[in-house]
Amino acid sequence: MANMSLKKNKMPVQKPEERTCNFDEVALGYSEEQALNEAERCLNCKNKPCVKGCPVAVQIPEFIERIRNKDFEGAYSIISETSSLPAICGRVCPQENQCEKYCVRGIKGEPVGIGRLERFAADRHNEDFEAKPEKPASNGKKIAVIGSGPAGLTCAGDLAKKGYEVTIFEALHMAGGVLVYGIPEFRLPKDIVSREIDNLKALGVKIETNMVIGKILSVDELMEKGFDAVFIGTGAGLPRFMGIKGENLKGVYSANEFLTRVNLMKAYKEDSVTPIYRGKNVAVVGGGNVAMDAARCAKRLGAQSVSIVYRRSEAELPARAEEVEHAKEEGIIFKVLTNPVELLPDDKGGVQKIRCVEMELGEPDASGRRRPIEKENSTFDMDADCVIMAIGTSPNPLIKNTTKGLETNRQGCIVTKDESGLTSKENVYAGGDAVTGAATVILAMGAGKSAAEAIDAKLKG
Amino acid sequence: MYKIVRKEILNPTVTLMEIYAPLIAAKAEPGQFIILRVNGDGERIPLTVADFNRDTGTVTIIFQIIGATTAQLNNLEEGQYIQDFVGPLGTPTHTEGLRKVAVIGGGVGSAIAYPVAKKLHGQGCEVHSITGFRNKDLVILEKEFNKISEKYILVTDDGSRGKKGMVTDALKELIESGEKYDQVIAIGPLIMMKFVCKLTKEYGIKTVVSMNPIMIDGTGMCGGCRLTVGGETKFACVDGPDFDGHLVDFDEAMARSAMYRDFEADQREKNCRLFKKEEG
Repeated sequence: MANMSLKKNKMPVQKPEERTCNFDEVALGYSEEQALNEAERCLNCKNKPCVKGCPVAVQIPEFIERIRNKDFEGAYSIISETSSLPAICGRVCPQENQCEKYCVRGIKGEPVGIGRLERFAADRHNEDFEAKPEKPASNGKKIAVIGSGPAGLTCAGDLAKKGYEVTIFEALHMAGGVLVYGIPEFRLPKDIVSREIDNLKALGVKIETNMVIGKILSVDELMEKGFDAVFIGTGAGLPRFMGIKGENLKGVYSANEFLTRVNLMKAYKEDSVTPIYRGKNVAVVGGGNVAMDAARCAKRLGAQSVSIVYRRSEAELPARAEEVEHAKEEGIIFKVLTNPVELLPDDKGGVQKIRCVEMELGEPDASGRRRPIEKENSTFDMDADCVIMAIGTSPNPLIKNTTKGLETNRQGCIVTKDESGLTSKENVYAGGDAVTGAATVILAMGAGKSAAEAIDAKLKG
Repeated sequence: MYKIVRKEILNPTVTLMEIYAPLIAAKAEPGQFIILRVNGDGERIPLTVADFNRDTGTVTIIFQIIGATTAQLNNLEEGQYIQDFVGPLGTPTHTEGLRKVAVIGGGVGSAIAYPVAKKLHGQGCEVHSITGFRNKDLVILEKEFNKISEKYILVTDDGSRGKKGMVTDALKELIESGEKYDQVIAIGPLIMMKFVCKLTKEYGIKTVVSMNPIMIDGTGMCGGCRLTVGGETKFACVDGPDFDGHLVDFDEAMARSAMYRDFEADQREKNCRLFKKEEG
């Protein structure tokens, strides 16, 4: 008999007052007992609506059934058939908009905790198995993957498993892309990322760091060097700013810079040589997951007050509900329907206050969300000695500007023919945020996966 | 890992290193920069390419020992390795079509100005160089500049070598004496570039400056290196590092460059204490 509880098993978490003083993972993961209990909530529907919501079509009821039967490694194998990074997706996928959105149990009550179960299976596997995958026999064909974020890692892994000799070129000194520079340790421990990368290396994938493609070598030069195909997974790394007065004052960061200093450059560690501005009153502008990450990092760095400043209302916050909830528990203040218009300086060129206007919601705009409109005479100032702009990113133009014949659209995103990721250049594929603009880890993985299939089909002839 | 094939102490605070990095050497142009990390826990610092040799596959950097990282770098010797070395980043200095240029180098900025002057000279451009230092002990590249410049003026703040005065004094004199320049290229401390620009604006001479702000990745990702040029925000790493000096907001750039001054002082203090401990 299925477990008919309307509620998911709660995810055990570090207490808010404790976790705001450390960078350890917030969500601790299900115990075996909780996982078994949650697995019992799955009705094993024949038509599997959940699978349709998954960008990489993980066979969800099947893996949950294995968990129910205590075959945890079996569950992991099923997930691994379609997802290359289960421990990562179990943590950072927006399941509420994907698999769990379509779960039948969600019609009356909460959906099955699919993401939490995925994480459980992946963590179990990582705890129990040290063995690395074996390098398959080479088919003699060489693939260059540009960028080592979720799209690149997935594409590389899938092709390596098929026997291709894959080299990943990464611009930074460490592989992982947004998984290492963007998403904080307390949401995605870096050990998990490095383990996935070690697995790729065991499959024979070479990773060349410090390689800014477009500068040191162009895409065309990679082809000349004997790569049979190139996959561009360079993400959307260019930070946007609001273009308001005072944005270049000291103490104003893009979320990219702030998070890179904290995560990749380990500024949160006591003995770190990476400088970071530790504001007393921090304002984070934006309402997405990146804004939540930045706000929660600032809190952990010792800020007295951290505010999210967002121009629409709470209902429109693009961040995952879970992230918003965690941020609130940690004391992050939500100043919604508020839009900055100017940053005011102190006498040393540092930011001191953030001047805002109040907003109200009007008619829906192109995004389908109600358009925020400025209220008249609503200007007010907030103290802020550190301001973090988390209002989105766009693709880096480096590859576009150095690759002849590579078609891009007005936003600078690479244009692909179809889901295969084929670009306007022969044997050059692209996927992830570089194509879609800033989106999610799982969509990037899905794109990396489709491109790997298309590359394999093309090169096999 | 990137091997240090040559190390030369240019003066008590400035060191030259030639690094084996053949792919970067093959592409580098004057005006571009690299980012390096000395070791696995280190910060990423940008340094302008001072020279390169496509045959031997080496890139030369010249750095002033100012912070913890440059001190660590200076402790490495020939035959040892640097953890990370990325480049060539930024856009090269435009030298095409220039027939007569005044190249100004201030302090360690002279090391960055030198390859530009050399390239201009190689193109048949008439080069007048002015380099300025605090005193005679800090003078670098005097011979080198002399060799490639039709006119070369060395100035020091205290007059202990060359003429006493500022680079702006020397530049003003040349202009007043009737020299007509297509362009002035000024590379050095922000305050020097600011005053060179102030001067050349009066005479209406186009002036290019090389900005070297705080940055992390060097590819446009962090935005830490942003500056205001002609009222627009630009990223030094991808839009520069060269900019039209008459349009740069130097006061803002100077404020931004001081963002981590307290932190850096702390780090230096810590490093000093470490050295003292080792010595004691």
